[in-house]
Order: sequence, then structure tokens, then C-alpha cells
Amino acid sequence: MTLAATLTEADRLRDFFAARDAVVVQTDVLQSADTLLDLYGEDIRGRSYLTADPIRGEMVLRPDFTVPVVQMHMQSHADPARYTYAGKVFRKQDSDPDRANEFVQVGYEVFDGVNPALADAEVFAAIRDALGDVPLRAATGDIGILMAAVSGLRTSQARKDALARHIWRPRRFRNLLDRFGGRTAVPPSRAALLAASDPFAGAGADMGKRSRLEVERRIEALRADAATAPISGEELALLDTLTGLRETSDHVLSQLRDIAVDMPAIGPAVTRLNARLDALEDYGVDVSKLEFEGSYGRTSLEYYDGFVFGFYAADDPTLPPVATGGRYDALTARLGEGVAVPAVGGVIRPDLLLQLRGDI
Amino acid sequence: MLKLGVPSKGRLMEKTFQWFGQRGVTLRKSGSDREYAGAVDGIDGVELVLLSAGEIPRELAAGRIQMGVTGSDLVREKLVNWEKSVREVALMGFGGADLIIAVPQAWVDVDTLDDLDAAAAAFRAVHGHRLRIATKYHRLVREFLKQAGVADYALIDSQGATEGTVKNETAEAIADITSTGETLRANGLKILSDGMIHASQATLFRTSRRDWTMQQRATFKTLEQLLGT
Repeated sequence: MTLAATLTEADRLRDFFAARDAVVVQTDVLQSADTLLDLYGEDIRGRSYLTADPIRGEMVLRPDFTVPVVQMHMQSHADPARYTYAGKVFRKQDSDPDRANEFVQVGYEVFDGVNPALADAEVFAAIRDALGDVPLRAATGDIGILMAAVSGLRTSQARKDALARHIWRPRRFRNLLDRFGGRTAVPPSRAALLAASDPFAGAGADMGKRSRLEVERRIEALRADAATAPISGEELALLDTLTGLRETSDHVLSQLRDIAVDMPAIGPAVTRLNARLDALEDYGVDVSKLEFEGSYGRTSLEYYDGFVFGFYAADDPTLPPVATGGRYDALTARLGEGVAVPAVGGVIRPDLLLQLRGDI
Repeated sequence: MLKLGVPSKGRLMEKTFQWFGQRGVTLRKSGSDREYAGAVDGIDGVELVLLSAGEIPRELAAGRIQMGVTGSDLVREKLVNWEKSVREVALMGFGGADLIIAVPQAWVDVDTLDDLDAAAAAFRAVHGHRLRIATKYHRLVREFLKQAGVADYALIDSQGATEGTVKNETAEAIADITSTGETLRANGLKILSDGMIHASQATLFRTSRRDWTMQQRATFKTLEQLLGT
């Protein structure tokens, strides 16, 4: 009965998106695991149901629709394109057995490179409209701003690459930043390695696939890093401000404009935020009430690299988000073997929506 | 009856028998040496069940035994939210082994998780696949590396002779239990200085008393007094 109600609601939501010119698509429940494992590694292995097929190799019960929909789109090359879908996804809930391990998602994805700010706002508004008048709290963020800040740091490219790689792992990002900023000491083993006249003395025989050359290259990289000046306290403070932002969007915008004076690299990202907020206002979103968090979306899968958003039950903080979404240009680049298609989308959980409406 | 699961062979069984024996509870195998039947003297109402150490966590979680002796590593690996399904009655002081991460000694540039993460990124760029870590402790290792924010690795299942996987080039690093580290060194490996995932030892566990009968509770009380726990 509950599942039937959920599926009916899912159909309603999908029809709602279809009425906004989205093409209804289907994907297989069983997906090849290779692509997902290559993209997300152990994170996805810990969260998905994997199974072996004697002919097709390792398969996975789809943990989301985004990857197969992107793959589908990359073959059709339609531009612009809008898709909607509804169906079950499967996730292991290792740490919280009370959460559902299979649930229905309804999604809306927009592939449109002409005006990204407008596409961001379009998706946010479409999801909001689909959710109706249930009391929900919207949270937003923009991972593109942090990425731009990292790329503009006055330090070596190697350090910027290391930080950019860990934007989605806030703790390691923080550790790296502390070390690059001279806030934590060099580990003793590294100091000893760099001081040694022969780093390989007593190293033992070479073994395995990682070659001596690779070890030597890393030592060179460590030497170069040791010779690099620390990231300035001023820049560290600016990054702290960025990641700690938690205000309404209009206030965040003016703060970011101030920060951009000292950190011009974030200028284009701030301009884009401005354009997005204008577009959201055109869709009737009151940006003076729209929350923005500098670190929002950083602990989800390595996926979103721009605008991110979520809708939460206003009076039940324990409930998973009713809807989430964001921009994932980099994902399309990786799946398209270098050919990126700007993409933004969001998903709704119809079961949670019904629950909040008191319908089930 | 209060069912007590004990490892069915080897040093772990002998040490467990000894540990209980020192506390006035005699556990022994009954019948021939090959049979997995057991007997308990010194207390009434306890039944000895001989099981593989690896199965004891599952049997506890399923409620088929009320008490069990096994490695704390196995309970943490096999039971989701283990603290909710079982309780530690006594740390038994033997069967000590550390679940650690080890890499080739030739990797002079790798001593910390930070190094491992950086090496993994470079390795993936060079070889086109993630740095492979062989283990049978998938959940513990994954959770540990996730907490530490290590990326670009993949876990490879290895149920035995894990130390040999690097030499055989089926993995670049390993996560395994070791007590002295000797086998690791003999296989050209070294332990990461901050790669200690869990210090395991033989532990007496029990299930939640909520589902126990009055008789089981009474027996447990007597046993607790004998064991001094």
C-alpha cells in the first residue's frame, strides 16, 4: 500500500517534469560496476550492492540515476536536453540501519551550456515547484567558489592540485591546508627522509608495481614542497571565511564580493553566483531568505562542482533530505572522455514527501 | 541454557579453556578429539558450543548463542553497529593482534596516511588504476581510510597469505592483522606509523540480556562472580 502510494506520487512528479519539456527516460536496474567504481572507488563499494555476472562481470544495483542518464545523453548529443525519470535506487546503510536501503527517486536533469546560471535556477525552481507547499527548508552552496579559491592560491601547482583533489574530504583538506600553511609541523619521518644523504639506504629490495622511479619522483616532489613558502596566513584566513560562510544568499554575495577584492580568482564564480541569484529571483525565490553554506555539498560523493542544494523537513532534522541536487560538469567530462557537457539536476524522494504531507 | 561459543581449535581454543579454567570453570571437548562437542564443569546451566572464531560474531548477533569468545576485530568487522548488538564482558588478555596498514619497505617516501594518499594519487595517474590494498577486513579498513580522507585506493579481497600479494603484484599494499610484525618484515613490508586500525584481542562478548530467560540471567550472574568480571 505504501509502495503503491509512493509509486503513484513518483509518477505524478515525473509527469510534472515531463510537462516542463523533459523527456522521460528509463535505465537498467543492473549497471556495470566498472564505471562507478572507477569514479567513486571504495565510497561507492561501501554503499552499493555489487553482484557478479558470469558474462558481464561485476554489476551493481543502480545507486543513482545520474551516471546512466549522463551516459545516455553522451550518446544522443542532444543540446539542450532535459530528462526526467522515476524508479528505485539501492544503497547499503552500513552505519545507520534505520535508513531505507531501497527507495524511489524522481529526477530532473538539464544539459544546457548556454546559460549555466539560468539552468541552475531552472532546476532549483522545478524541484521546489514539484515539492509544493510542504514546509521545507532549502539549503544551498556553491562548490565552484571553493574550487576557484583553491586554484587562485599563491602557491605551487602541486599544492593546489592536492587541495582540489580533497575538496570533498573536508578533514584531509584541512590537514593539507594546515601543513601547506605551516600550521602543523613536518612529520618526523618526512624530515628524516629529506635530510638523508641516501634516502634508499636500508630500503630493502624493490617490490610490487610501484617502481623505484615513482618513489624517486615523489621524493623530488617532497623536496620541492619543502622548498615552497607556506601559504600566507591571509589566504588561509580567507579560505576559512569561505568554508565557514553560513548566511542568507544576499548577505553571502556581498561578503564574497569583499573577499574577491583580496582573492580575485573567485571573481568569475562570484559573478556566476550573482547571475544565479538574479535568475532565482526571476523564478520567484526570495534570496534574502535563501540559506547559503560555504561547505554545503562537500561531504556528498565527489560529484557536484558548482551550485548545490537540498530541501529538508522544516521540523524534523533527523529525516534525510527530501530533495537534493546540483551541478556536475566535471562528471560529464570524465564520463565523456574529456568532452564535458554542462549539466545540473536534482532528485526527489516521493516517499519522504508523502510522509511530510501526512499522506502515509 | 546459556550457550557459550568458543573457537573450536588451535591456540585460541586452548587459551580460552585456560582462561576459564583459571577462574574455576572447566571447558573441555567431549568425545573424540575430532568432534566439536563440548562440556562444562564448575557451573550449571552453561552449554559449550565449539565454533569457528569467524562465525561467533554472527551467531551472537542472531541470538543462537548468548556468550562468545572471539577477536574484537572480527566483531567490529562483521557486525554493523556492533555496540548495539553485543557487549564486552571481559578483555581476555591474549590473542593480541593489530590490524594495520603495511606497504613495501622500498617505499621510503611513505610512512603516514598522508604519504599513502599522495602516493595513491600519483600511482593512479601513472598506472591507470587505483592503488590496491589487499585485506579481508573490508568494512574496518574502508571506514578507517574514509575517516582519514585517503582517496584513489581500492580494496582487493584476500582471505589468506595476504603478505604475499604485493610481491605477486595483485596488490600494492595490505591491511592485515599482525602480532609481532615478523611475517610482514620477512615479506619486505613495513607498517605505517599512523596506520593502526584496531588493536584486537580475544574478548568475551554477550548479547543483550533483554531477550534472555530468567534462568539465563541467573546463570550469567553466577558466571560473572566466578569470572570476576
